[in-house]
Amino acid sequence: MTISKQQNGKALTLALEGRLDTVTAPELEKELRASTAAIDTLTLDFAKLDYISSAGLRVLLSAHKEMSAKGGLKIQHVNEIVQEVFEVTGFGDILTIE
Amino acid sequence: MTELKVQAAVENIPKVTAFVDGQLEAIDCPMKAQMQIDVAIDELFGNIAHYAYGGASGEAAVQFHFDADTRMISIAFVDSGTPFDPLAQEDPDVTLSAEERGIGGLGIFLVRKTMDQITYKRDNGQNVLTIYKKI
Repeated sequence: MTISKQQNGKALTLALEGRLDTVTAPELEKELRASTAAIDTLTLDFAKLDYISSAGLRVLLSAHKEMSAKGGLKIQHVNEIVQEVFEVTGFGDILTIE
Repeated sequence: MTELKVQAAVENIPKVTAFVDGQLEAIDCPMKAQMQIDVAIDELFGNIAHYAYGGASGEAAVQFHFDADTRMISIAFVDSGTPFDPLAQEDPDVTLSAEERGIGGLGIFLVRKTMDQITYKRDNGQNVLTIYKKI
């Protein structure tokens, strides 16, 4: 997985490419740990994300909790596979998906 | 049946995924089903890597089979670790709010929802977990 960062003041966008799974979820976790303290809003762009597993959901849930005290987390450009995972697990009701 | 034997380690998940994807491409598996199977591999092989041998090292086998007549794919995950039936755990409550939410059991639940069938047996001192997907 590759993570591309774009920061605009206190708004951070991370574009993920590849797979968000057991092997790669720690990379996103590390990136978020390094950057969430200094931002107000977080956008995750999933346009180039192939799929997500429960290891990725765990990271999204903790990011959601952390950002909900501030400007929030939103997720953009979700493909059919990722959408299915969100729906089946109930994450579609928790997360803000555009 | 085609088989891959590797150490049950998280860093081998990409190797297992590449092995299965190669088999799926050879039978013209639709991309959506392939992605669902890749997620299932991450959940199931990841579980084995984390828990089967309790911190010690051990081997796991991934056995791929495709029945061309019924178009049924089956993938068996076999380890010789601690007896564990992941199907015995209760489904997670997927209606809870973010604050009440845990992640436990979510992976196997996801696999159940995206595969046609999943079976577990303890056979000859081995855990055999098999997923089935019709394409």
